[in-house]
Amino acid sequence: MKQVQAKILKNKEIAKGFYRMRIASSYLAGYSRPGQFVEVRCSQETDPLLRRPFGIHRVIDAGIELLYEVVGRGTDALSQKKPGETLDIIGPLGNGFDLGLATCARQRPAILVAGGNGVAPLFFLAEELKRKSIKIHVLIGGRSKGHILCEKEFKKLGAKAVITTDDGSKGLKGLVTNPLLTALSAAASRPSVIYACGPTGMLKAVSRLAYSSGVPCQVSLEEHMACGVGVCLGCPVKVKTDSRYKMVCKDGPVFDAGEIIW
Amino acid sequence: MVDLSVNIGRLKLKNPVMTASGTFGPEYGELFDVNALGAVVLKTITLEARVGNPPPRIAETFSGMLNSIGLENKGLDDFIKNKLPKVKGIKAPIVVSIAGNNEREYALLAKRLSAVAKISALEINLSCPNVRHGTLAGLIAQDPDVTGRIVRAVRSSTRLPLIAKLTPNVTDISVIAASAEKAGADAVLLVNTFPAMAVDIETKKPKLGNITGGLSGPAIKPIALKMVWDVYNKVDIPIIGSGGIINYKDAIEFMLCGATAVQIGTAVFTDPRTPGCVIKDIRRYLEHAGYRRIKDIIGGLKA
Repeated sequence: MKQVQAKILKNKEIAKGFYRMRIASSYLAGYSRPGQFVEVRCSQETDPLLRRPFGIHRVIDAGIELLYEVVGRGTDALSQKKPGETLDIIGPLGNGFDLGLATCARQRPAILVAGGNGVAPLFFLAEELKRKSIKIHVLIGGRSKGHILCEKEFKKLGAKAVITTDDGSKGLKGLVTNPLLTALSAAASRPSVIYACGPTGMLKAVSRLAYSSGVPCQVSLEEHMACGVGVCLGCPVKVKTDSRYKMVCKDGPVFDAGEIIW
Repeated sequence: MVDLSVNIGRLKLKNPVMTASGTFGPEYGELFDVNALGAVVLKTITLEARVGNPPPRIAETFSGMLNSIGLENKGLDDFIKNKLPKVKGIKAPIVVSIAGNNEREYALLAKRLSAVAKISALEINLSCPNVRHGTLAGLIAQDPDVTGRIVRAVRSSTRLPLIAKLTPNVTDISVIAASAEKAGADAVLLVNTFPAMAVDIETKKPKLGNITGGLSGPAIKPIALKMVWDVYNKVDIPIIGSGGIINYKDAIEFMLCGATAVQIGTAVFTDPRTPGCVIKDIRRYLEHAGYRRIKDIIGGLKA
């Protein structure tokens, strides 16, 4: 990890309340792995005070891309930033997804399950899986049509994509776990692994389905953070080990689903 | 060249800037020059491992941060075996923060740590707002007698310089500071976080899993500063000021009010370069003002 001062190349609203930001940094481009995150200082003022963690959405030659939703003061400040401005970033942080789980059963697809802006780090993962010639099946769930992100981009990668919305305004009506259940029961094309990112309730349900069908599953978690590097112990998640807690920033954000106490 | 060195009892610091307990770990070695610091303070350790409080443990408030970590740590034995070797390479003095359930535990921690090389001083955490102390009621540093008892017990167990870390949640902090001084503390550290809370009006739940926590960050600086000033004329031992310092101006304010040194905590999370910048900028400020020694500004408030 490094603390870098990186220039913003683009910061564009791609759907209502969702922004894609492109940041120039050859260091971050060179060292980031899918599932890792960065801590961004969204303002030079003392409010918002702490950095905000963002999963790395893409790596490009010149740097990285973030995909974020405006949910509070930090992301609101970030959305106001203009190309040419400099951003203070610490990264890459965290462990990242274990791609080995997909590559050990190469003929079978990897399933990516995204809820809302949980799609952000999964797209970077999809690009890496494609590079390794692994078949990708992506399930994207959201509240409604406007919350479904990156469908086109996944399709361009050659991924099979299924969309679900809570209100039925796009794709299948209902939860993203419904098509997951279908995919897991198709014996012939059972996935080698599930990678998921999204709200905790969704991850819990995905983890349960994965467990009952015996498919390895990795989840990327979110928690309030201060330091992002393992110093403050501010971002615990309950795990089934003697230590009771692991830290999302340093031990995660990606965990084996079976390790978590949901 | 301005002489930035200060003394905290027998602890000699090349400059007055320290990191605060719970906000520094060897991980930061990758991001800033740790050796440039006056001292580093490691996260509080207890005799036995503690799991800490349930999540969420962090919430942000206006120019402040709430935490309810709850002294999560793996205990003394693990600290000596696994944690200390990771910081042994640090050239800046290493201060270890300790907390116990009673006098015996504090004394035992002090005794065991005295026998360990590379530790320059102990910080006695008498004031974590996020834990219940087994046999002690409330926060230790809310009671001058209990504070005195604990500091005395630690004093008789070690020759290391002792820093007593006090809570701001009291009617008159100078009474507690005087008690710590009388019991043999080499310095008092003012202040730990302010007991506080935040509420989510959508879920109607507290924003912290532990319901309440400790407030730190720029929001608390004026209150912490006043406490340093309150204590400065009441004790003869050095005061270390802490609470919301984000730049050299804040640090100088604390020193003018009587602090011999300062600790920087939350600001390290916002920008790990903060302690280094504060040291450089203090030097520039003093040079500009024509001082030869930083000691000359301590308590220099024209009040």
